[in-house]
Amino acid sequence: MPRIEVDETLCKGCELCKMTCPKQCIEMSDKFGKSGYFPAKLAKEDCCIGCKMCYQVCPDVAITVYK
Amino acid sequence: MTAEKAITKRPSGLTDKKTHYCPGCGHGVVHRLIAEVMEELNIVGKTIGVAPVGCAVFADTYFACDMIQGPHGRGPAIATGLKRSKPELAVFSYQGDGDLASIGMAETIHSAARSENITIIFINNCIYGMTGGQMAPTTLIGQKATTCPKGRDAKKQGYPIKVSELLATLQGAKYLERCAVHKPAFVAKTKMAIKKAFQNQIDGKGFSMVEVLTVCPTNWGLNLKDSIGFLEGPMEEYFPLGVYKDEK
Repeated sequence: MPRIEVDETLCKGCELCKMTCPKQCIEMSDKFGKSGYFPAKLAKEDCCIGCKMCYQVCPDVAITVYK
Repeated sequence: MTAEKAITKRPSGLTDKKTHYCPGCGHGVVHRLIAEVMEELNIVGKTIGVAPVGCAVFADTYFACDMIQGPHGRGPAIATGLKRSKPELAVFSYQGDGDLASIGMAETIHSAARSENITIIFINNCIYGMTGGQMAPTTLIGQKATTCPKGRDAKKQGYPIKVSELLATLQGAKYLERCAVHKPAFVAKTKMAIKKAFQNQIDGKGFSMVEVLTVCPTNWGLNLKDSIGFLEGPMEEYFPLGVYKDEK
C-alpha cells in the first residue's frame, strides 16, 4: 500500500501538497510540528496511490513516498 | 507482497540543512531540481555555484556542491571568471529578479553578449523578497509593493522588464526558457529545462538561462491559493511561458 511520510522538522505547512494531491488524501495536522507549523499528514490509510505529485511540489523536500 | 521501499529521496546535491524560505516559496523546489539535475549528470563534485544577494543568499549552505556568494548582481561576472579559469567544471549562477534584472543587468546582458559558457537560473517573483517587498524591475503594472503602495504606475515607474525576451535578441544567448514551479507538470518541465541548460554548458554551446516564475505569498500579501492564481493570471499573461531561444 503506497503511503507518504512527512518530516515534521522540515514541513512548513504551506499546504501546496494538500492542494496538489489528486486524491485529496493529504490534510494538515491540528497539532504543532517540531518547527512550529502545522505539518501535512496522510488523512486516510488506503487513499494514497504513490503518484509522487506531493513530493514534486514540496519546496522543503519534507515528503518521502513509499510504495 | 513485496517489501515497501521509498520511491523518493533527498537528492545528493542538497545538504541536510533546513531552508529559511517562507512557506510555499518556490526557491526550495528550484533548489531541489538543480540538485537532482547535478545528481543525474553526475557533476555534484564538479560544479561551482554562485549564490546571489537576495532571498537565496544562504544557498551556499543548501547545495552540496562548491559555492561562492557573490556581490549584488555580479553573479554572471563571477561565473565568467570561474568558467574561464576552470573550464572543466560546471558553473551556474542562481539569481533573483532584483539581483539579475536590476543591479546586475549589465553583467547579465554582457555575459550573454559574450556567450559565456555558463548556466543562469533566474527566479522571477515580481518583487524584492529579502528586503521586504519593494518594487522590482519585474513588478507588474498595478501590482502593489511597499515602494508603490497604490500599485505600479507606468507613468511614474515605467514598465516591467521581460528578461528572456530581451536576451533573445542577443546573438550570444543560446538557450532561454521561461518556466514555473507551482504545479507538478510545470515542475517536471522546469527540471528538463534546467537539465538542458547544464547539458548545453557541458557540450560547450554557450550562454543558457532558465527563468522560473515563482510565488511570493509573504510579500504579495496573499495566501498560497491566491498567489498561485496571481501567477497563473496576470503574471503568465505578461511573462508567457515557453522557449525563447534554443540554438542547435
